[in-house]
Order: sequence, then C-alpha cells, then structure tokens
Amino acid sequence: MSFSLEQSPTTGDEVISNYTINFGPQHPAAHGVLRMVMELDGEIIERIDPHVGLLHRGTEKLIEHKTYLQALPYFDRLDYCSPLAMEYSYVLAIEKLLNIEVPLRAQYLRVLFAELTRICNHMLNLGSHVMDVGAMTPNLWLFEIREDCLNFFERASGARLHSAWFRPGGVHQDVPLKLLTDLADWLDTRLPQLFDDAMSLVVGNRIFKQRNVDIALVSKEDALAWGFSGPMIRAAGIAWDLRKAQPYDVYDRMDFEIPVGTRSDCYDRFMVRVEEVRQSARIMKQCLAQMPEGPIASSDRKVSPPKRGEMKSSMESLIHHFKLYTEGFHVPAGEVYVATESPKGEFGVYLVSDGSNKPYRCKIRPTAFSHLQAMDFMCKGHMLPDATAILGAIDVVFGECDR
Amino acid sequence: MAHVLHSAPRYAASDGVVDALTARLGDALLAIREEHGEIVLNVARDSVESTLRTLRDDEAFQQLMDIAGVDYPDRAERFEVVYCLLSVTRNLRLIVKVSTDEATPVPTVTTLWPNAGWYEREVYDMYGVLFAGNTDLRRILTDYGFQGHPFRKDFPLTGYVELRYSEEDKRVVYEPVRLAQDLRQFDYTSPWEGPNYVLPGDEKATGEKAEGPKP
Repeated sequence: MSFSLEQSPTTGDEVISNYTINFGPQHPAAHGVLRMVMELDGEIIERIDPHVGLLHRGTEKLIEHKTYLQALPYFDRLDYCSPLAMEYSYVLAIEKLLNIEVPLRAQYLRVLFAELTRICNHMLNLGSHVMDVGAMTPNLWLFEIREDCLNFFERASGARLHSAWFRPGGVHQDVPLKLLTDLADWLDTRLPQLFDDAMSLVVGNRIFKQRNVDIALVSKEDALAWGFSGPMIRAAGIAWDLRKAQPYDVYDRMDFEIPVGTRSDCYDRFMVRVEEVRQSARIMKQCLAQMPEGPIASSDRKVSPPKRGEMKSSMESLIHHFKLYTEGFHVPAGEVYVATESPKGEFGVYLVSDGSNKPYRCKIRPTAFSHLQAMDFMCKGHMLPDATAILGAIDVVFGECDR
Repeated sequence: MAHVLHSAPRYAASDGVVDALTARLGDALLAIREEHGEIVLNVARDSVESTLRTLRDDEAFQQLMDIAGVDYPDRAERFEVVYCLLSVTRNLRLIVKVSTDEATPVPTVTTLWPNAGWYEREVYDMYGVLFAGNTDLRRILTDYGFQGHPFRKDFPLTGYVELRYSEEDKRVVYEPVRLAQDLRQFDYTSPWEGPNYVLPGDEKATGEKAEGPKP
C-alpha cells in the first residue's frame, strides 16, 4: 500500500517554517513545573528540549549540613507522591555503611508500607495519565483509594504525606494491631473492588487505546542505553525489578511476579503499573500473614534511641537519647551506592561518609532524570497531543527530578 | 568483607570480580578496592571513556545509572566524578571514579550512553567540572543566568542572591541575600573527640591563647 502525504496548502514561494512553543512551566499535564521547548512542524514534534530545575531546592547541599537523622525528612519531600520509597534508599544506605542488623518485624513493616506507597503512587499516576488523555472519572475514583492509603499512613506515622517513618535501624514506632487488621480487610474487600471498577473504565476503552497504543515505542536496547528503570524498562520487555534481582529487607521471602510489556508503548507502561498494583497487594498480604512480633528498631543504642520508659530509670538511656538527638550518630567513613525499586524506577542514593555525624556527600539518583531526558527521542515524529500521554506514562514528579 | 548484618540490596557475589577487572583494565586502572560491599575503581582521567567502553562492551555493564560529583577542597585535584554502573545480566554494580580540578576537562561519556548528557550537565552546573566533547554543556538545575557552582564546599548554604517579586518594578528582582538572623549551625559534636577548634580554657592545657570571651 502506498500513499502520499497531503501537501501543505501553500502556493508559490511561500515557505512554512517550523515554529517553537513552550509547553509549561504551568501546564496541567506537565505534572508539576516542567518547561518543554518544543519545535513543531505543524502538529508534528521535531525536537523537545525539557528545561528542568524549576523546583531545585538544593536538597543535597542541605543534607550535607544536617546530621544523618535530620536529613531523613528531606527525602519525603523529593518524590512527594511516594515518600516512604524515597526514605527507603537512604536508610538502607546508612545501614549498609554502619552494617547494623534490622529486626525482622521492622523489615516486614518497611516492605509492607513501601508497597502501600507503591499503590498510593500508582493511583496518582494512573489517574493523572488517564486524565492527561481526556478522561476525568477514573482519576476521581482512584483518588478514593489514594485517600485510604493516606489514612493508613496517618495512622502509622501521624502524617498523611511526609511520613518520616523509616529510621536507620528500623522504623520510628510500631503500628497498632487494628491498623494491620484494617489493612488486611481493605486489601481483601475495598481495594480490588474500587480498583477494578476504575480500571474497567479505562483498559478496554477505545479512546484511551487510540491515545496510547503504539505511542513512543522504545526498543530493549534503547531502554538499556537510556538508563531506564522501573515500569519503563519492564514495559520494554526486560523483566528487571530490583525487588527480585537485588532483594532488600524481606523481599526475598515474598512471592510475586514481575509484569512485563510486549510492545513497549505508553499503553504497556500503563498496564505494567496496573498489574504492579495487584502484585503489591499480594506482597502486602504476605507481609501481614508472616509478620512476627518483636522489636521494630535496632537494639544498637548508638544508632536508635531507647524507649521513653527506659529513660525514666536508666541514666545510660538518657545519655544515649541526648547524644542521639544532639550530636547524632557517627557513620564509618566510606561510600556506598544503594538503589531500591521505587514506584517510578531505580531510586539510588550515593552516600559518602567521612566518619563524622553528617553526610559528606549525598547524591540522589532521581528516576525521572533518565526518563525525561529520553522525551526528545520518544516524542520525535509524534503529534503534539501525544506528548502529554508520553509524559503521563513516564510518571515524573519534579520534587524528585529537580531535588 | 566482614559478616553482613544489614539488609540493604543483595546482588551477585563479587568473588573474583576485582581480579578480573584488574586484568582487563591494565594501566588505566589506578586503584581498585572492595569496601562496604561496593567495588570502587579509580581510573585515569584521560582514559575514562575507553575504560567505561570496555566495561560496557566486554564486562556487560550495560547501564549508566548516575554520575555524581564530589568536592574535596583539600586535594590537589579537588573534584571527583563518580560513575555508577549497573549490569542487568551479571546483576552487579560498580563505582568508577575520576578526579579532576576546576580547569581540566573530563572526557565525555555521552558517546557511550545517551543519558550521560544530563548527568554531566548536572555535575558541571553544581561543581563546575568541564566535560570535553559534551556538545550541550548548559546549566540544568539552577536558574537561568545563575553564577557560581552551588555544591562546592566553599559555596555558602545561603547563597549570594535572593529573589522576590517587586511590586514597584512589576517583575522579579534579584538582590544580595540579607538574613534577618545569621544562619545558625549548631555543632553538637563531643568536645572530646569531634571539633578541631580551640575552646575557651584550652590554653591551660596547651599554652595557646583561646579565641572567645574573656573570663
């Protein structure tokens, strides 16, 4: 079959040149503050130059001026859609340098809430992706689930969004039994019902497929070369998941599957996330079933504080507490790069310690940096409205990208 | 390595990797060590591109996950550029380090990985490290027209300029930073082991005159 492109309605010497537009920095589909300078030929994208950094707050510099413990809440404010997943890499990096043991219950709790974070994050991303391509309702329905997740976070840590609940050596405080039973209840009844309802509007929807199928195809080789991770690399057909390949905490005891895409388009990225939500629920159920009783933080008093009750009678506990919250703990000199599977991909922390109580350098590896950089090659040749679908399928949050 | 107690990500055993890399890389390799479960390589600056190419093509480190800059002001070559590599087939990670100073450019690796471009731009933006061969070495995270390199250790935490919207000029204006209160940096390190400054009263032990309030 052959066909020729319709000629532009020009006559004679008239030349239509490409023009350049700004997408953002304020755009509902920009997922925050992203400015993309687009060069368009009609409605075809020729080139995209994303300008990031509008949300740069110098987190890494601030961390260098704080003790290890004081630096932890900054991580919540990176990817504010999945705060606990951000803290995870940081506490694991410190634990790796200190080489301390984390009690089993704390490991289960961290995995449990990291997976709840994943569900929470995917609710926001799936919803906004759908909304970027024109559908309103699923987003509202998914926010129902997200609201439930935030309530669980609040009950565990006292904060809905910026939990600051993980600690080097464990978690900050234990959860009430009722929270665990409510979680189990929610996983059995409410989550599947609400989620399947919302997805039934989208996954088979003709318009949604028209907007997403065969958009931004990425080969396996390209996905590797561009440093893709998370759902982006899995949609390209590479079954790479750090939870399976490089298990941390109790992920090696969990039985779950890695969804992979077959075509590596925006629709696959969406569907990988949909399946990840179900797998996350599966992991959470296993966590709830297997979680033992016991301490929730390391017993190493040089790293984790004593109980309030102990401090009332023990002078040593009081001193430990005082030293921990003034001077903080010292971390042996060295450097580690620790990466975990955040909902958006590989979130890494390159931590350099000089043996003092403050990090010498804490480089944060954002997931969005690699993905957003590939916007140019993924969008090339696509139409202008496809850019929003592609951006929605990347799942970018600028707190994390710009740091 | 000592007995592993922590529960950080566990990847493939690194037995023999150090020896294999030493044999493979030859003279370009300045140092190699395994510490805290990480394999850290120091590489000669001029051969970083060829070394990383060898690691990518022959040792199957397919992905460049990150490039970090680190500033050590006391060293002759004060900056370190740190490449974090990942092999998805061998399930291994590597840290490759190169040192440089303000004036000497590091060869770019955008020829190997297309995503190195932004990472190099970030290191340039934050530390002022130059990358020879990177055709698009613009600032990336800081403001348009920003001056200085904020992550250098001698750059103050508060910066030099602050901006506000000026009602008179009807635009955003940049002004020198004015702090109503000095930035407070509490130093809680134990005076017996931590700080290296002189406290009042120390002169009694060492004979030096202390700076600080007169008794």
